[in-house]
Amino acid sequence: MLERAIVLAASAVGAGLAMIAGIGPGIGQGYAAGKAAEAVGRQPEAKGDITSTMLFGCAVAESTGIYGLVVALILLFANPLINLL
Amino acid sequence: MEGPKILFTIPYLNINVTETVVDTWLVMAVVTILCIWLTHGLEIVPRTKRQLAAEKLVSMVNNMVLNTMGHRYISFAPYIAALFATSMIGSLSSLIGLRPLTADFSTTLAWALLAFIMIQGNNIRLNGIGGWLKGFLDPVPFMLPLNLVSEIANPISMSFRHFGNIAAGMVITSLLYSALAALSSFILGWIPNEFVASIPLFQLGLPAILSIYFDVFTSFLQAYIICMLTMVYVSGVDSRE
Repeated sequence: MLERAIVLAASAVGAGLAMIAGIGPGIGQGYAAGKAAEAVGRQPEAKGDITSTMLFGCAVAESTGIYGLVVALILLFANPLINLL
Repeated sequence: MEGPKILFTIPYLNINVTETVVDTWLVMAVVTILCIWLTHGLEIVPRTKRQLAAEKLVSMVNNMVLNTMGHRYISFAPYIAALFATSMIGSLSSLIGLRPLTADFSTTLAWALLAFIMIQGNNIRLNGIGGWLKGFLDPVPFMLPLNLVSEIANPISMSFRHFGNIAAGMVITSLLYSALAALSSFILGWIPNEFVASIPLFQLGLPAILSIYFDVFTSFLQAYIICMLTMVYVSGVDSRE
């Protein structure tokens, strides 16, 4: 019982730690959005192209954060460690 | 949050049919019916709004494929349109209470594997098997493991991106609903009246605002992203022009 509790608690902490990965994409997407705003300010007629390029870049930059999220989801909802006991 | 429920098992073959499969068939039926409804009774000079909408949709997809992949790959437009429609309607199905089919990793992995096969197939078609194998030794043979990993990482990152976004939206929406239910029962629980205590004070309207971001915007964006990535990667191995 104690082992189980320790594994569950450690998994919860690990899931929380995995979500720290969200910092990176946050900074990156903010940077991309800021640059896109600059670009729209410089060249307002290319707004559509700039927006779609920015969204595309943001989605690609997001993948590291998504990996962290997937690790957290696995630890919370499909924990593989609890079966090892 | 739970995985998709197993609705029934096909006897003798022992294949589990999950919610995702049934929802996928529903979405396919919706897309098919929509296409039939939009394209029946076409005329040379469009008179109905229905035909105008159909022509607008088709030309939008054609333009997207032309701009991203070039005129050689215009035959990809039907696949891209089908992928876009299935992904978007599948993700938006969470709005009517179904489990979104893209919140199941199997669905997005299948799409990413299709893209992977198309990328490698296009590469072999253009460069021949020898050229395709030689491409892994580019620029120096020392890079072989890195090239292999980057090829395999492609479908994994593509499928995880789509799955992660929709699944995160689903988790956050369900957390929000339970938090709002707890909040309204906490506030109205002081009133000693069963009817008043059961009023869903905070669940009314407030989730809709967040739903616009987590369901509608994310669904549209992820459908667009997976189509764009498929197009960019497939035409990316083509060095002509």
